[in-house]
Amino acid sequence: MVSNVLPLVIALPLLGAAVLLIGGRRTDSWGPYLATLLPIASFVCALVLFVHTLGQPDDARSQSVHLWTWFEAGKLNVGADLLYDQLSSLFLLLITGVGSLIHVYSLGYMAHDERKRRFFGYLNLFVAAMLTLVLAANYLVLFLGWEGVGLASYLLIGFWQHKPSAAAAAKKAFVMNRVGDMGLSLAIALCFTTFGSTSFDVVNAGAQHAGETTMTWLGLLLLLGACGKSAQVPLQAWLLDAMEGPTPVSALIHAATMVTAGVYLMVRSHAILDAAPVARTAVVVVATVTLLWGAIIGTAKDDIKKVLAGSTMSQIGYMMLAAGLGPAGYAFAIFHLLTHGFFKANMFLGAGSVMHAMDDDVDMRHYGALRRAMPVTFLTFAMGYLAIIGFPGFSGFWSKDKIIDAAWHEHWWIGALALFGAGITAFYMTRLMLMTFFTDRRWREGVHPHESPSIMTGPLVVLAALSVLGGVMLLGSWIQDYLAPVVGEPPEESSGAPAWLISLLAVLVVAGGVALAWFLVGKRPVPQAAPTDVRWPVAVARQDLFGDEINDTFVVLPGRKLTGALLEIDRYGVDGLMTGGPVAVGAFAGIFRKAQNGFVRSYALSVLGGAVVVVLALMVVNWQ
Amino acid sequence: MTDVTPYLIVSAVLFSIGATGVLIRRNAIVVFMCIELMLNAANLSLVSFSNLHGNLEGQVTAFFVMVVAAAEVVIGLAIIMTIFRSRRSASIDDASLLKW
Repeated sequence: MVSNVLPLVIALPLLGAAVLLIGGRRTDSWGPYLATLLPIASFVCALVLFVHTLGQPDDARSQSVHLWTWFEAGKLNVGADLLYDQLSSLFLLLITGVGSLIHVYSLGYMAHDERKRRFFGYLNLFVAAMLTLVLAANYLVLFLGWEGVGLASYLLIGFWQHKPSAAAAAKKAFVMNRVGDMGLSLAIALCFTTFGSTSFDVVNAGAQHAGETTMTWLGLLLLLGACGKSAQVPLQAWLLDAMEGPTPVSALIHAATMVTAGVYLMVRSHAILDAAPVARTAVVVVATVTLLWGAIIGTAKDDIKKVLAGSTMSQIGYMMLAAGLGPAGYAFAIFHLLTHGFFKANMFLGAGSVMHAMDDDVDMRHYGALRRAMPVTFLTFAMGYLAIIGFPGFSGFWSKDKIIDAAWHEHWWIGALALFGAGITAFYMTRLMLMTFFTDRRWREGVHPHESPSIMTGPLVVLAALSVLGGVMLLGSWIQDYLAPVVGEPPEESSGAPAWLISLLAVLVVAGGVALAWFLVGKRPVPQAAPTDVRWPVAVARQDLFGDEINDTFVVLPGRKLTGALLEIDRYGVDGLMTGGPVAVGAFAGIFRKAQNGFVRSYALSVLGGAVVVVLALMVVNWQ
Repeated sequence: MTDVTPYLIVSAVLFSIGATGVLIRRNAIVVFMCIELMLNAANLSLVSFSNLHGNLEGQVTAFFVMVVAAAEVVIGLAIIMTIFRSRRSASIDDASLLKW
C-alpha cells in the first residue's frame, strides 16, 4: 500500500511540472488547471496514506520504500529511498493540502498574467521538490529536495524578472542559501565519514556513541544549513527581499513550507542534537535572536508583505527554539509549524487579496477601512490574526503557548524572551490589522477596492477554518503521542511555573501588545507618507536591524577586497611570472638584433672573424 | 715527395685577395668572383696536401668543391640578375631590406 502510493505523491506534481515546462505554449490553455489538479490528487494520496496508517499500530506506521540504487562508489551506497513515518505524514498533508489551496487561489490571482503556465509549472516543481525533501530516507535524497526547493524558490522570487528588484532579490536568496547549503553538504560528508552511511536510521541510531565533538560539529553544520533555508540570523536577510515574488509564492514557499524545512531538518536530526548539548544551545540562541529580530523588523515596516515576512522569520524562530529544547520541544516545533502553515498562508493570501483590490499597492499607509469593502478577506484575515497573536482558543494560542512553556522549563530567560516576542507579535499584527482594515480611508485616487473572486476567497475560508481549528491536534496530547516514535518521548513535566500561569502571562503580554498598538496606531490618524523624523529604534527597525549593512561590512566588502587582491596577485604575480620571461628574452634579443643590419659585407666580416677565432682557438688547443 | 710550401703560399695569397675582395667591393659580380677565388685557394691547398700525403682524398674533395661552386654560380648569378632587374643596381649594399 505505502510502497505503491508513496512514489505517486512526488511523481504527480513532478509530472505536472514536466508537462507544463516542456510542453510549452500548447499547454497554455489547460496547463494551469492540470497543475492545480495534480497537487490535489497528491493530497488525496497523502490523505489515503494517513488514514490507512492511522489504523495501524505505531511500529507499522513507519515504512521505508526502496526505489532504486541511486549511486554506489566504494563504501558509499546511496539508494533513492523514501521514508514514510509520522513526521513526514504530517508534512505530506501540510504541503499537498496548503499547496493545493494555494494553487486554486493562484488560478484567480494570476488569471491575467500572460506567463501563467510557467508560474504553475514552477509551483508544481516546488511541490515535488518539497515532497522529496520531507519523504527522503537519507540526507542525500533530502539534499536533492533541498536544492530543488531552492531552485523553485529562486525561479519564483524572480518570476517577474523584468523588475530589476525581483531579479536581484532572487539572486540574493540564491546566494545566501548557498552559504547554508555549504553547511548542509559538509554535514552530509561528515555523516558519511562518521557513520559510513547517510540514512536517517543509521545516523540517529549511531549518534549516541559517536563522540560529542563530532556530534557538535555535525549539529552546528546542520544548523548552518537550517539557518540558510529558514532565514535564521545570521542568514536572514534574503527573506524580506523574497517578497518580490508573486504573493501565492510568498504564502506557499516563504511562509508555509520551504522556510520551515530548516525546522524539519532539526527535528529529523534530533538524535544528533540530543547528543550535542553545545549545538543544541546554539540552536536555542539563534532561534531566540531570530524570533526577536524578525518581530522587531515587523513592527516598523509599512509594506504589508514585509511585515508578514518579518513575522514569518520570527515564528520560525519559535519553531527552531522548540527544536532546540530537545525532546520536550520537537513535537511542539512541528505543531507550531503546522498551525503556522495554516494561519500564515491564510494571511499571506489575504494580503494578496488586499493587494489585488488596491491595484498591487503594498503600502499599508494607502489602505485603511477595508473591512467593509472586502468582508470575506477581512474575516478570514482576522482568524489568522487571532491565531498568530495567540488569542485563547485559536490554533496559534495552543502551539505558541506550548513552546513558551517548554522554553520556560529550559531556562527562565529564554521563556521570558519568547514571551516578550509574543508581545511584539501582538503589537505588529494589530498594527497591520488596524492600518489595513480599520482606521480611516487613505486610498489613493482611482483605487476602488472590491472583494476578490470566489476562487480566491474559497481557499481563504478553508485556511481560516484551519487557523481556528488547528489546535485540535493537541487534544489529549495527540500530536506528542503521534510523533513520539520518531522524535522520542517528551520528558515528564519537571517542576517550574505551572502551565496555566504561563498561559495567563502570555495572554496578558499579548493583551499589552494589542493595547499598545491600539494607542499608537488606532487612536491617531495614520500619515499617508511614512514620517521621517523618527527616533532611532524605529529607524533601525526600518533598516531591518542593519541586516544588509552587517552582511555588506563583514562579508561582501571583505570578499570584494579579497577577490580584488587575488585579481592583482593573478595579474601581476602569476601572469607577471609567465609574461616576464618572454619580455626579458625579447629585451635581451633587442640588443643583439641590431647586428642584423642587412649589409652582406658586415655579415661576411663576422663570418671571417668567426673563422679566424675558430682557427686561433684550434691552434691554441693543439699547441703542444 | 715535393715541397708543398710554395703552393700553400699561393693558396694563402689567393684566399686573402678573395676575402679582402668580398669585404671591400660592392659590386655583386666582383664579390662573386672573389668568392670563386677563395674556393679555388682552398682547392689548391687540398690538392697540395693530397700530393703531400700520397692519397686521393684531397683531390676528390676538390672535385666536390668545384661541383658546389658551379651550382652556386648558377643560383647566385640568377639571384643577382633578379635583383638587378628590380633595382637597376648590382650593388650589394642596396639589397639591405632583410634586417631587424
